[in-house]
Amino acid sequence: MKLSPQWLREFVDIPAADPQTDDRRLAEDLTSAGITVEGLNGEGANTAFEMEITTNRPDAMNHYGVARECSAIYDRELKPLEAKLPASTGKAPASIEIQDKQGCARYTARVIRGVKIKASPEHIVKRLAGVDQRSINNAADASNYTLWEMGHPTHAFDLDLLEGNKIIVRRAAKGETLKTLDGVDRKLSINDLIIADAKKPVALAGVMGGFDSMITSKTKNILIESAWFDPSAVRKTAKHHGLHTDASHRFERGSDYGATSIACARVAMRILESGGGELQGGEIDTLARELDLAPILFDRSEAKRILGEDLGDTEIVRILRRLGFNVIPDTNSDYLVTVPTWRLDVEREIDLIEEIARLHGYDKFKKTLPSYAGAVIETSESAKDAKLRSALLSLGYNEAVSLSFISHQDAEQFSSSPVIELENPLSEEASVMRTSLVPGLLNMLAYNVNHGNESVRLFEAGSVFELAEGKSREPKQICLAATMSNLKASLPKGGILDVSKGDNAAAAEAFRSVKGDVERLVGAFEHSSIQYDSQTADYYHPGRSARVLVNGEVVAQFGQIDPEILAHRKLRQDIFAGEIYLERLYKNELRKVQYQPLPRYPAVERDFSFIFGDDVIFSKIQLAVSALKLGELQNFAPAEIFRGGSIPAGKYSVLLRARFQSYERTLRDEEVAEWSAKIIKALETLGGAQRA
Amino acid sequence: MTPQNQPAYAVPKLTDFSAPALDKAAKDLLAALENESTKVKNEGDLKTFRDRWMARKDGILTHVNHLWLKAAPKDAKRDVGQRVNQLKAEVEQKIESALQQSQNAGPQSRGDAERIDISLPALRRPIGAEHPVIKTMNEIVGVFRNLGYSVEEGPVIESDYYNFESLNFPPNHPARDTQDTLFIANQESKPQRERLLLRTHTSPVQIRTMEKMKPPLRIVIPGKVHRNDPPDASHSPMFHQVEGLAVDTNITFGDLKGTLDHAMKMLFGSSVKTSFRPSFFPFTEPSAEMMVSCFICGGSGKRVVGTKEEPCRPCKQSGWIEILGCGMVDPNVFGFVKENGYDPKKISGFAFGMGADRIALLKYGVDDIQLFFQGDVRFLEQFG
Repeated sequence: MKLSPQWLREFVDIPAADPQTDDRRLAEDLTSAGITVEGLNGEGANTAFEMEITTNRPDAMNHYGVARECSAIYDRELKPLEAKLPASTGKAPASIEIQDKQGCARYTARVIRGVKIKASPEHIVKRLAGVDQRSINNAADASNYTLWEMGHPTHAFDLDLLEGNKIIVRRAAKGETLKTLDGVDRKLSINDLIIADAKKPVALAGVMGGFDSMITSKTKNILIESAWFDPSAVRKTAKHHGLHTDASHRFERGSDYGATSIACARVAMRILESGGGELQGGEIDTLARELDLAPILFDRSEAKRILGEDLGDTEIVRILRRLGFNVIPDTNSDYLVTVPTWRLDVEREIDLIEEIARLHGYDKFKKTLPSYAGAVIETSESAKDAKLRSALLSLGYNEAVSLSFISHQDAEQFSSSPVIELENPLSEEASVMRTSLVPGLLNMLAYNVNHGNESVRLFEAGSVFELAEGKSREPKQICLAATMSNLKASLPKGGILDVSKGDNAAAAEAFRSVKGDVERLVGAFEHSSIQYDSQTADYYHPGRSARVLVNGEVVAQFGQIDPEILAHRKLRQDIFAGEIYLERLYKNELRKVQYQPLPRYPAVERDFSFIFGDDVIFSKIQLAVSALKLGELQNFAPAEIFRGGSIPAGKYSVLLRARFQSYERTLRDEEVAEWSAKIIKALETLGGAQRA
Repeated sequence: MTPQNQPAYAVPKLTDFSAPALDKAAKDLLAALENESTKVKNEGDLKTFRDRWMARKDGILTHVNHLWLKAAPKDAKRDVGQRVNQLKAEVEQKIESALQQSQNAGPQSRGDAERIDISLPALRRPIGAEHPVIKTMNEIVGVFRNLGYSVEEGPVIESDYYNFESLNFPPNHPARDTQDTLFIANQESKPQRERLLLRTHTSPVQIRTMEKMKPPLRIVIPGKVHRNDPPDASHSPMFHQVEGLAVDTNITFGDLKGTLDHAMKMLFGSSVKTSFRPSFFPFTEPSAEMMVSCFICGGSGKRVVGTKEEPCRPCKQSGWIEILGCGMVDPNVFGFVKENGYDPKKISGFAFGMGADRIALLKYGVDDIQLFFQGDVRFLEQFG
């Protein structure tokens, strides 16, 4: 919104030539008082202020209102607004009936006869242009000029197009229609507050006039409307019709109940000045109800309690009076303050405290620090969140954040829970709340691969959104994902287990790498067991994914994402991903570290080279060996796996390494040999053939 | 220089134990000692040198003991003994000085033989980078935790009551228009206050916390918020806020200013200044907008880039950056939790909220907010 500093200087004596009140200084001082000047455009007399007026201050959305602020800032007189009108003849030819007393508290009108509709005088056109307003004709411009001058929206009807010489303020009846000034035919709802003549609607009250009763070059007789419409009634009407006008903007926020008369008179004055004609009858002022503007009891000690400082009697009274409040001393420290009709936002003592604080100047208040006797409460989850996050970062995952919305299609593909739809989504791709973090991460991986970043490793921690028994739930999850090229590059040279050629071996190594990461994360929590099964969701590769059960409860799943899904998303790389369900994992406390004494005797290692059928997966081997219950067997793990070459199809060769150690003594060769024999026997029982 | 192939010194057997013969033998030994000690260049040489002369089993001194002292006739033993002790001292001293020498000369000579190319590019093991917005959010939260604030969180899908009504946004009020709200579908059958939407700010957690905890209270609330803002360089439908609330019997506007001034100094450095100007939020009164002196240009409005002076963009050359909204908690807000000990006549409080994304944009000079949510590793890894 633009305002002209030159225009507002008409109402208060603050010369532009005075360095204390020049345009730049004025802009700064207004901003410091909460009447924000965002920027200055133009030079000299053409300078315009770009204003940013908060919604609670409709009274400052015009020149006179801002001049009033200046009067308080600089402690100077605000010049009164007057209208010098010629004597009227006869009796007003129209009557006003306010049927909806809630919707319209006051309706003031004047009638001008014999007017000539033409272009406005140049100084009016210029003024309006200065605040980005287009000149229409002298009658419409008079109304608009008054709006920008003193803030009160008015409207001019062609009196001869009003049937029955009657103005009725009412709600629309069912089935009524109105063509508004913008040329749109509108179906009215019974909630719309309208202005009607004796027969039909002629305007959307406080929003927009009717097309059929507008001022045209043929207009001779005019009825000027200056009313006070209820903010919520105007807002509802405007919203219903998707309209937002300068008038509705002001009425919605609360216009000046006391201004209808002077605004009406000033519009009349300008029309008479430019278009001639004469006033027929006096002002028609219809009061439907008084606004409740009860005086406020203001206690200086309350102001001190909130602000921390007592500003003193003189300063408080000066500020409030300059702003138009009537201040009457009540007792020693109290005042009875009457609120002016343009400040409907001021209803309570705290509102007055804000007024004196902002005009005193926020920056003048001393900075203090409060004492505090309350406790600091740590949420139990913050330490867990921090632990997982730092583990992920040190495992090389970059932290990513994606939007909370996904498409319907993704929601269906990546989850089975009912989706939460948005009423007014930004797009089809963002129409439901995410039920899984996976699609967001896949999108980011695709973005990277498509931009030439082949090696990507990301994680996101965040909520997904579910409906459960009609209520929304926001369980937290962590999703991690990496491209195949990243996983391959990050495998330690000495850590490769499966040395066979081909994709399967590469996938096995990549899988192991992600499994290790997941195990590090869930293993940070107290657990009696970590188990894996292969019952993963459909979007994982069925042969290359696993679920993770901690103490028997599913806390995660991970593995290769189904290549078909990636193909649909135009992702040209194999992806491994994992999801961790924090709600479930967090049922366990973070693992408490308990020191284990270090072994004092050397360990002994023994290797076993075997050939197994592919059906003998490592967990079977592990189970068979652990069933031997060899107390000194500290570790039993594969050291190398190979398929192909001289190994028959359907079989694989594996080098298994056992590590024996005692905490009590040095192991003897005979006992190690004895245990090794048991292991060999167990492996042979599984169908394994020992290699020479 | 002694030729390389000269046979190594060996302790001769003595038959003649006369003084001149002993002098000659000692002289030869010392010459060999001197000669060999000069060749000690590094720790390995030193060990060989020391072992050759001092080793208990087969060292030269042991040989001297056997071949000279033990073999000496009785009457010469005393003289030989004295000479051997002297030689021993000489050997020990030479080894000590050779040690010094090897320590001084060692690295250089080893460097010649074992030199590697230290200019090869570093092998950087990958570590993950913190997301700049989350990092910023954590930093802000950390500052307030140090000031005694507890962390609170709340749901992203909120009811109209918590997001608007209890924060003094009456139904059908224009102030609601300033927060382009994303609504959850199919809520028409519910009363307005129960209708679900995506919270437009973290402020609902103020009410949620005051409902469950009595005053005094100090909380800091990080979280995601959403608005119906189509994405562009400076807008995102999702962003992050950090909210704060302090309630006690004695909280003043001065405390609000002091606390935030202190927090900004901890976040942006002790030289930043703060300035407050009036604003409007339905849930605070008086309401304020806080500005900090630009932490990019130091408040001068100008920035030196290379050798050129350029206008500072983040503060639009004003020297100030709008950083947060704040104010004293509106009595109407306390009215919604009055039953839980929040009588606006007895207690007071302040609240503040800031956008973590915006602060991260400014702090790191990022010119497009979309970069935060694309997951481009070329961007993310810059924050590692």
